[in-house]
Amino acid sequence: MIIIITNTNLNTGTETSARADNRAFDELRNLKIEAGILERADGSAYLEIGGNKVLAAVYGPRELFVRRLMQPNRAVLRCKYNMAPFSVDDRKRPGPDRRSVEISKITSDALSPAVFLEKFPRSTIDVYIEVLEAEGGTRCAGITAASVALADAGIPMRDMVVACAAGKSDGNVVLDLSEVEDKEGEADLPIALMPRTGEITLLQMDGHLTEEEFQKALDLAIGGCKKISEEQKKAIKNRYGD
Amino acid sequence: MIFVEDKEIVIPGDILSDEEYHSGRGTFKENDKVCSSLVGLVAIRDKKISVIPLQSKYIPKRGDVVIGEVTDIRFSMWNLDINSPYSGFLPASDVFGKEKRELNRTFDVGDVLFLRVVDVDEVKKVKLGLKGRGLGKFRGGILINITPTKVPRLIGKKGSMINMIKDETHCEVIVGQNGVVWVKGEPAMERVAEKVINMIEDQAHTSGLTDRVRDMLAKLLGREPQESEIEPEISDEVEESGELEISDEPDDIEEYDEIEISDESDELEESEEPEEKKESKEDEMD
Repeated sequence: MIIIITNTNLNTGTETSARADNRAFDELRNLKIEAGILERADGSAYLEIGGNKVLAAVYGPRELFVRRLMQPNRAVLRCKYNMAPFSVDDRKRPGPDRRSVEISKITSDALSPAVFLEKFPRSTIDVYIEVLEAEGGTRCAGITAASVALADAGIPMRDMVVACAAGKSDGNVVLDLSEVEDKEGEADLPIALMPRTGEITLLQMDGHLTEEEFQKALDLAIGGCKKISEEQKKAIKNRYGD
Repeated sequence: MIFVEDKEIVIPGDILSDEEYHSGRGTFKENDKVCSSLVGLVAIRDKKISVIPLQSKYIPKRGDVVIGEVTDIRFSMWNLDINSPYSGFLPASDVFGKEKRELNRTFDVGDVLFLRVVDVDEVKKVKLGLKGRGLGKFRGGILINITPTKVPRLIGKKGSMINMIKDETHCEVIVGQNGVVWVKGEPAMERVAEKVINMIEDQAHTSGLTDRVRDMLAKLLGREPQESEIEPEISDEVEESGELEISDEPDDIEEYDEIEISDESDELEESEEPEEKKESKEDEMD
């Protein structure tokens, strides 16, 4: 990865873009992806980005027993995002909450356009995302890992899905927000896209950005996605000893 | 223009070639480009490009022979798990004819059967049948699950791989197209066969597999690696595995059946698929 350090001068205050962890504005945290690590799942992936540790497992396509969810012409993609109680500093109360329900939904929505669901009518593909350690940007980490796990499970897809966030922190538009930058920053913009076509499958934003800043953040996030996508490819190929 | 080499590992979304090639299995066309939809190995045949998946689920197809486990008994049929996203059913009429008998006396929950896929309708209802040579209930033995796409690899050309395992371990081995393998023999030999089959599954995408299997068998059976009578011309290319040839010497009915059938269904895939859609749907359900 190329590291571009633009402003290292810490004294000038307004000019500086030095971040809490000394990253450049367009630098990702350390990234590691591994595919096929769970024995019993059809497909799985483990991903680390910065302090995040995420496990994704895919089961299916398999028989769907919930009749009302069944689609006669395609499979349903069910996602479950869960944070371990020990994944954050203050113990998280276990079980689904408003936030995890939302993330489960948007993960499913972000992945569905890439999967050939119509090849498996009346069945289900289940994706489980377990956050073992969280440090900002877990939804993006989850989507990226889930996509690797889907590919590992041999599920036909149009393209991989890769997610990355950009945002505004300390007045600067930066890539891949850490937990502190996310909480104390002005805005957060997670996106997911399919790298070949550049089609965006998820775009969320909280906080405030001007139109210019938004454009800049979006470009940064797209650039970040491209870099992560390379790691995804490597992870899958490594699994088969390439 | 082609962007990949034969046997290269590709991942979903990789661009394989432009429109001068036809899109085969495991690929799709988008904006005049052929792209991969799977993680697998590229196979180029003439002007057709396809991707052989490294992992997959079994999708039932008419004519396949499968191994299934009875999961439920209903009024006039058995439900079976056939290691697939779609469960199958075996109508009682297929077994008893017009006669009325108690179903659970014949096959109980947990029994393992060797069946043929009689029909798959539009809503993916899988009708199974027991009519045919070698089909029926298994007694004893162990079951091993492998990825269905690796079944041709396990059988080998003209059944070479599977025959080698049978000869060396003196086990009966039956392979269902759904990736379920039934092995019966001496308990120690069953375990040897299981190890070997799992090894084949792990290394199905590599070349030189037949030799390694032979070595492994020799080692597990505590013998010196020896020159086998099996011709080493068995090409160890994964894409070869798609086309099995009929073994012409039926030394054992069941084994003959299985190899012959796996070949048939490979052809089915090419020629009979459009026909299947025309078939009228049979409503065998009560």
